Amino acid sequence: MREEWRGFVPGHYEEEIDVRDFIQRNYTPYEGDESFLEGPTEATNRLWGHLQELQKEERSKGGVLDMEEHVVSGITAYGAAYLSPEGKGDEKVVGLQTDKPLKRAFMPYGGIKMAEESLTTYGYTPDPALHKIFTEYHKTHNQGVFDIYTPEMRRARHSHIITGLPDTYGRGRIVGDYRRVALYGIDYLVEKKKEDFANTGDGTMTEDVIRRREEITEQIRALLAMKKMAESYGFDISKPAKNAREAFQWLYFGYLAAIKTQNGAAMSVGRISTFLDIYIERDLKEGTLTEKEAQELVDHIVMKFRMVKFARIPSYNQLFSGDPVWATLEVAGMGMDGRSMVTKNDFRFLHTLENMGPSPEPNLTVLYSPRLGENFKRYASKISIDTSSIQYENDEVMRPVWKDDYSICCCVSATETGKEMQFFGARANLAKCLLYAINGGKDEMLKTQVGPETAPITSEYLDYDEVVHKFDITMDWLAGLYVNVLNAIHYMHDKYYYEAAEMALIDTDVRRTFATGIAGFSHVVDSLSAIKYAKVKTVRDADGIVTDFEIEGDFPRYGNDDDRADKIAVDLLKTFMKKIRKHHTYRNSEPTTSILTITSNVVYGKATGALPDGRKAKEPFAPGANPAYGAEKNGLLASLNSVAKLPYEFALDGISNTQTINPGALGHDENERVGNLVHVLDGYFTNGGHHLNVNVFGREKLIDCMEHPEKPEYANFTIRVSGYAVKFIDLTREQQLDVISRTCHSEL
Amino acid sequence: MIANVNSIETFGSVDGPGVRFVLFLSSCPFRCLYCHNPETWTAKGAERLDAETILRKALRYRGYWGKEGGITVSGGEPLNQIDFLIEFFSLCKKEGIHTCIDTALANFTTEGEYFEKFKKLMAVTDLLLVDIKEIDEKKHILLTGKTNRHVLEGLRYLSDIQKPVWIRHVLVPGYTDFDEDLRKLRAFIDTLDNVQRVEVLPYHDLAKPKYAKLSIPYPLADVLPPTKDRVENAKRILKAF
Repeated sequence: MREEWRGFVPGHYEEEIDVRDFIQRNYTPYEGDESFLEGPTEATNRLWGHLQELQKEERSKGGVLDMEEHVVSGITAYGAAYLSPEGKGDEKVVGLQTDKPLKRAFMPYGGIKMAEESLTTYGYTPDPALHKIFTEYHKTHNQGVFDIYTPEMRRARHSHIITGLPDTYGRGRIVGDYRRVALYGIDYLVEKKKEDFANTGDGTMTEDVIRRREEITEQIRALLAMKKMAESYGFDISKPAKNAREAFQWLYFGYLAAIKTQNGAAMSVGRISTFLDIYIERDLKEGTLTEKEAQELVDHIVMKFRMVKFARIPSYNQLFSGDPVWATLEVAGMGMDGRSMVTKNDFRFLHTLENMGPSPEPNLTVLYSPRLGENFKRYASKISIDTSSIQYENDEVMRPVWKDDYSICCCVSATETGKEMQFFGARANLAKCLLYAINGGKDEMLKTQVGPETAPITSEYLDYDEVVHKFDITMDWLAGLYVNVLNAIHYMHDKYYYEAAEMALIDTDVRRTFATGIAGFSHVVDSLSAIKYAKVKTVRDADGIVTDFEIEGDFPRYGNDDDRADKIAVDLLKTFMKKIRKHHTYRNSEPTTSILTITSNVVYGKATGALPDGRKAKEPFAPGANPAYGAEKNGLLASLNSVAKLPYEFALDGISNTQTINPGALGHDENERVGNLVHVLDGYFTNGGHHLNVNVFGREKLIDCMEHPEKPEYANFTIRVSGYAVKFIDLTREQQLDVISRTCHSEL
Repeated sequence: MIANVNSIETFGSVDGPGVRFVLFLSSCPFRCLYCHNPETWTAKGAERLDAETILRKALRYRGYWGKEGGITVSGGEPLNQIDFLIEFFSLCKKEGIHTCIDTALANFTTEGEYFEKFKKLMAVTDLLLVDIKEIDEKKHILLTGKTNRHVLEGLRYLSDIQKPVWIRHVLVPGYTDFDEDLRKLRAFIDTLDNVQRVEVLPYHDLAKPKYAKLSIPYPLADVLPPTKDRVENAKRILKAF
């Protein structure tokens, strides 16, 4: 056994890259409570205090502290740089994206236009030399895509029936297995990739073989660059980490390489907590580390995840408000052998929210199972109630599909760590699709033909069967177009903006999923229900386009545990997914879908006309799979039951649900609240729900925070929105109002 | 047996222990000035559902109840539909569900048919949340339109049979927050030996829009919610939770 692995239980991981095997053989489950946890060290307080000053300055400068104008970002683009102005002294985990903390890198490969626009937006000047290089000499992903888009694709993009396409920046959602750097060191990883290279093809240069050989070479180059980057900080990561501190540092260097080279919408960290605990346990046993120092390591690496920044443009910020990066990091979950994977480290990661206050990043995710230990469940629940900063995902529905070493690669989407990558992009606006079905493919806002010219519905009152039939045909068209836009985007992304650093930490024989998404879900369900159970009258403009609806009578709404509406929801999801599956997906990837909108529910809503469920034109959609605002009449659990009916196997990319509970409606005192929230989670996930964002605060607090953002207590006030967390003061006013207007489950 | 149901709250966490399915029944003999559910005064507009249907609905939430949760029937005054309650709770007990009634014991009496039924109901009831609106009878009448003799007699009986109760007192400035009465109320509670918990519920005016919708003038238009100090004071005197 290698010297660095002293004391570890041997296993298959010694022969091949197999981090899961290493974890399963070596982790120590922890069933105790949180009483062992330590507070922040003085060094942590100093660093966090300094970072908060920088964050304040960043906010006062309009959201950006500093930007790079002249250097193109890359793994070795900068030398060593530190958070603290005094240098590395306090930092137990080092490494910055650029040469200064919170300074945003220049990343042109996704698209030079967006990279430059982000500079000018914040008053910086694009470098003419770089402009020339990336327009005249070197093509970008963005140009590649627009070189081949069809007119129909451009129309669909413009009308917002498909929105959020990653055609101007990194696609993200690829989680390198950063733990590999710590467990194996770079040299072994290079050796294994060289082996793969040697075994690729029999000498016949087919397109696949050529591409694979080129990709492996790029990966090896990235690995060697990681080594060089670490050297600049005085570390040699060619060999495995020898102790906990090195394991944290090696792992972080792997992640740092990813965020220096890619500006994907989601740059997840992955499932690192149980893995790192193994190193901490060994050091604790050897007497070379104290609990205080272990917590310090966790606090410091988390501080780094809180600092990840990318340069964005205003239209991007409207879609994904509040500067999120989805540095998603998971804790807990159950192993295939039935043991809880909760270690002391899972407590430590949640405890960062106490040691350094609430924070939107990293996007802390609890892989929940009702079978997790009560102590951990109660601690997570307590942290939720205190900070509204964590989300829960159902390990019981994910483990059968993704096994027990999956990570969350974006907001809520699972991916097997080190084995898979994802082609992701955008959402299909099914609410608009329903209106196209009614209006014969004409856009209700632009009044132009976007979809195929079909016969519009001409009756005064909508007939359910007729609408369903036309909707089905229109959805066929949309699903095909959507898949093909994504095929085009991912081809070009692979070609011009390949994720060499992340892919270097993933198996060469990678499985690929193809993740689509749905927006406007609950509104389509309620609209169909209204047409079926009430009477819906069309209101037309001078050209005969239906621009509004009048509803006569009552109808069941999604969100009340009423099967009449919920069945429509289940059918809608299944229908859409089946249509997606019909099409060829790039690199033979496996298609999935999600019901997840991020904060884009506001933007999608703005671009969509009135709907038959009574939602007026331009009003925000409900986020993710949430029922429409005001639809829930029987309280939180009825709403949760409705969402839990959606079959996860038809939405393997995730079903996002965001709920806000008034503290007073959760129980009389902290003890009751903690217990009751555990009951809610146990019930929801036993019923098959996939994801739950839990917010615990009153509406009054949101309103006060919106009116008085300068109050110090609001500087870090964090809330969960669809699929991520955000500082409330960083949302646009429009989005703040949207959050406030959503149902708050309170006493009355 | 059919119940007049005003509404259902699937996530009740303050009306009894744990997470609870709360059934709000319609009709009430009281007209409390601060009532925050005026829509439950009469059975007008209520949904008519039978006991089995309601139980079926409730059971959909069993997975959320854990060990301590269950079903609470509130209102209105649930005892106005005592026949339904007996049948419904009997069904609940067959399923092993914790049952709770949120009541003001408005028409309680130890006489006749009512008492026979009440005894039957107690056999299938685990806990009662009993409102004592005001210990002083005159103030009680002013506040609710009815005497408080029934509630006090009822509580005495529940103590005699050792049926667990939580006592609740809504604190309304100028109506139910006099120190003297609060002390009297505590003295009364001290004579009972079945009280598990005393709760002070500060009056709030969040129900104003409901009154407007029902075109009922809001009776406490000039009353503000009690201050934190007064709430703490009441909790201290009542030794409340």
